[in-house]
Amino acid sequence: MRFSDEFETRFAEMLTHYPTRRSALVPTLLYAQDEVGRLSDEVIAELAQRLDLTELEVRNVISYYSMLTTKPRGKYTVQVCTNIACMLRGGEELLDHCKKKLGVGHKGTTADGLFSLEEVECIGACSWAPAVQVNYDFHENLTNAKLDEILDEYRKKGTQ
Amino acid sequence: MPDVNLTVDGKKITAPAGSLLIEACKSAGIEVPSFCYYPGLSLQGACRMCVVKIEKMPKLQTACTTTVTEGMIVATDSDEVRQARKAMVELLLGNHPLDCPVCDAGGECELQDMTFSYGASESKFIETKNHREEQQWSPVVYFDRPRCILCYRCVRVCGEGMDVWALGVQNRGVSSIIAPNISAPDQDAHLDCEECGMCIDICPVGALTSGAYRYKTRPWEMNHVGTICTHCGDGCKTTLGVRRCDTGAEIVRGDNRDKSGINGDFLCVKGRYAFDFVHHKDRLTEPLIRKNGKLTPAAWEEAFELIGTRFKEIRDHDGGSAIGVVGSNRTTNEENYLLSKFARSVLKTNNVDHHRTADYPALAAALQGKPGKTASMRDVLTAPAILLIGNDPTNQHPLLAWQIRTNVRLRRAKLYVINSAPIKLRRQATAFAMVPAGAEAKAVAFLAGDDSLLDSLVSDATNRDAWIALREKIRAEQNIVIAFGSELRGQDVAKLVSFAESLTGAKLICLGDYANSRGASEMGLYPDLLPGYEPIASAGKFQKEWGDLPVEKGLSLPEMVEAAKAGKLKALYVLGSNPVGRLGIDPFVLSKSFVVVQDMFLTETANIADVVLPAANAYEKTGTYTNTCGDLQLVKKAGEVSNTKPDFEMIVRIADAMGFDVSGLVPFGSGTHSDMGQSRGAQSGEADRHAVWLEAHNLEPKMTPFDPMAILDEIQRVVAGYDISRVNLLAGNDQHLEIAESGASAIQPPELIVPARDDLFSSGTLGRYSKTLNSVFENKSAVPEVAAD
Repeated sequence: MRFSDEFETRFAEMLTHYPTRRSALVPTLLYAQDEVGRLSDEVIAELAQRLDLTELEVRNVISYYSMLTTKPRGKYTVQVCTNIACMLRGGEELLDHCKKKLGVGHKGTTADGLFSLEEVECIGACSWAPAVQVNYDFHENLTNAKLDEILDEYRKKGTQ
Repeated sequence: MPDVNLTVDGKKITAPAGSLLIEACKSAGIEVPSFCYYPGLSLQGACRMCVVKIEKMPKLQTACTTTVTEGMIVATDSDEVRQARKAMVELLLGNHPLDCPVCDAGGECELQDMTFSYGASESKFIETKNHREEQQWSPVVYFDRPRCILCYRCVRVCGEGMDVWALGVQNRGVSSIIAPNISAPDQDAHLDCEECGMCIDICPVGALTSGAYRYKTRPWEMNHVGTICTHCGDGCKTTLGVRRCDTGAEIVRGDNRDKSGINGDFLCVKGRYAFDFVHHKDRLTEPLIRKNGKLTPAAWEEAFELIGTRFKEIRDHDGGSAIGVVGSNRTTNEENYLLSKFARSVLKTNNVDHHRTADYPALAAALQGKPGKTASMRDVLTAPAILLIGNDPTNQHPLLAWQIRTNVRLRRAKLYVINSAPIKLRRQATAFAMVPAGAEAKAVAFLAGDDSLLDSLVSDATNRDAWIALREKIRAEQNIVIAFGSELRGQDVAKLVSFAESLTGAKLICLGDYANSRGASEMGLYPDLLPGYEPIASAGKFQKEWGDLPVEKGLSLPEMVEAAKAGKLKALYVLGSNPVGRLGIDPFVLSKSFVVVQDMFLTETANIADVVLPAANAYEKTGTYTNTCGDLQLVKKAGEVSNTKPDFEMIVRIADAMGFDVSGLVPFGSGTHSDMGQSRGAQSGEADRHAVWLEAHNLEPKMTPFDPMAILDEIQRVVAGYDISRVNLLAGNDQHLEIAESGASAIQPPELIVPARDDLFSSGTLGRYSKTLNSVFENKSAVPEVAAD
């Protein structure tokens, strides 16, 4: 299968970072997921072949990391942390709020394909809890009102 | 390495530096429980059952990943350790279904044993258990997910041990699961693998179960008989689980969990599942005699009488040279020897042959008088280097391939492969050289120093420099094991042997295809060779034992066919062989000869026979097998199908029907261990009961002419190299035979060797009648079609 030139440049560079090809798997999976939207069977087969791994090994790694997915997600993945620091400062309320606002549950995707919602384990932003990660961006010290603004912003960006 | 001293549970012990604490404890007789630790596989540290307290170390440590150090003080049985183990078992049982009463592993389950020894009597967990339906991953592999305790043994043995990598671990933490390599939504996920069943065998619980065995019986309802697998020439020990049934004794399981024998716990798909040909519905259980052109069931007596009369007539009228004898690659040494003797001393013919799959006589000729030049199967596991010329062990010699892989993995042996195909073992190879098909002999000549052949070896895959580098590397190796397939024959074997002699400590293995091909060869199933590769011209020793023998060289199998065409071959006696089906002989050629076939099934050859006798197979008789390396092992009777007879008995019965005094054929009743039960207290005078007693004590009754042990006495006396320890043999140990003491042998026409070309899922006639092998094979061939749809 064909990836963009940008992917190919990053992939080629990534290989130079590690002593063995297989070590480049996780970053490569992220790049591929960003480009294709999900890690399809086709992507898995291609990357397994490129990195001299079995497809099973690639699937094992994908299933281990919550950031990697084989199923289609919305344009923006809203990951709400409910681990201890966030929970104490209202993470669970944020999650409930998102569920209501987006009308989907954990691992659900809105009908317009814009948002996916996910409850996740610690994202390492405890000092600024409660925190939410949307794709690769962090949003911290949130309240329901702040989160509404943020989501509206994304909606605007996504529908433009 | 020097030993280190440590204290375990107050006991001072020593262990080699670098050894694992769990192993050090085991050698000192202190049991440290574990699930995930498995000797020979990579360390996992997953199950936490082996935790011990080591002084000056924080927290409990896993004994399976800790190496011993000087002065270490360890407690394996403190309250703290016991509490930790108890908690581990409690966690493991947290989601375990506890369906032991219907689980295959019940009674031999490590989780049961651990719970019994270390577990708690109650559990704090009240959560609902996650149930998943069991999945069928292949015709022979089933997975019951809730029973799995995630020790990852299956994942490691499949990847590291088998180099198949068909199992993996998916998800994380409590939701981790073992997954097969062909991904599909839930119930459709399945395996694409070599179907060896190692994962099932190594599973400490009943999570992976065998399609052939599941729900058939309980482990304690079987008798277990350790015998030798009857498929390829590697000679794996297989422990057959046997149960009484309507027609005798039924074999329900094959494995080698006790790790006895040259194969340790290894078995391939054939050894583990393909014993089921034994119970195939087409199995012959009555003698058949051709009457009015049709094979018709008959009584044993009638059959023997007919054969005896006809053989005698033909021998007396046309001479022994009008009779041909074709032996088997799957009968025991005793049967092969007896057949050789019967042909020569009773039928008076040297027209003796078998389906040849390797040139053992050439090896014997080249090694005569040069002791210590052959390697045993065990040597392959420890040799510092291995050179493999031709053959594809992964398919044709699965144990050899396992030994090579294990040696490369654990001892960093160097593997050099010369082959005309990119065989799978190249993945373990230090150097892989591709030769044009049929040019293996040229590669040997090049290794030996003939540079003029280099040009003919060079290809895109292996260039000039690679060949030269390979030769340099091989020449620098010491104690290398050289295994070669049937690609090398006759003079080429001699050339390889002389090259091997130029290396320090090199040893050879000649690879033949069937379970006792080597035995057939060593017991003289050749027209010009007697047992022990003794040429018929120097038959002195045998004349003393066997009486007058024919002196003219006999006919090879193709020559017998020619003779039959010319109407000169009046009778053909075929044992456990299918020359019509396997060697492409025109069946009409034999229409005028009196053909007798002993086999389990109505093969192409049996179909044209005048008399067919239903034979027992190697799982149903006692004797010895010589594997392709020359390791002698005991074959023990496990199963039984009523109204079949071992080939041994049938040969003796035919000799008897010919009016031959069978005590001249089988030296029974005179063995050194036999006293006919006259002198042994309660058993005195009761020969039958005494025989039972002898058998129960692994001793040898030699009271009937059907006792192969009586012939083994004779083999040990007259066949060079077979003078091994009888005690070791009876104890089930393998012993390597010395081929150097053999006779001068004779160069055989190379074109008579026809490799079987069996792969993992075929096994000659036996494979044809194995439902499991066929189902696995059909499953394999079906997969690509589904994918194409």
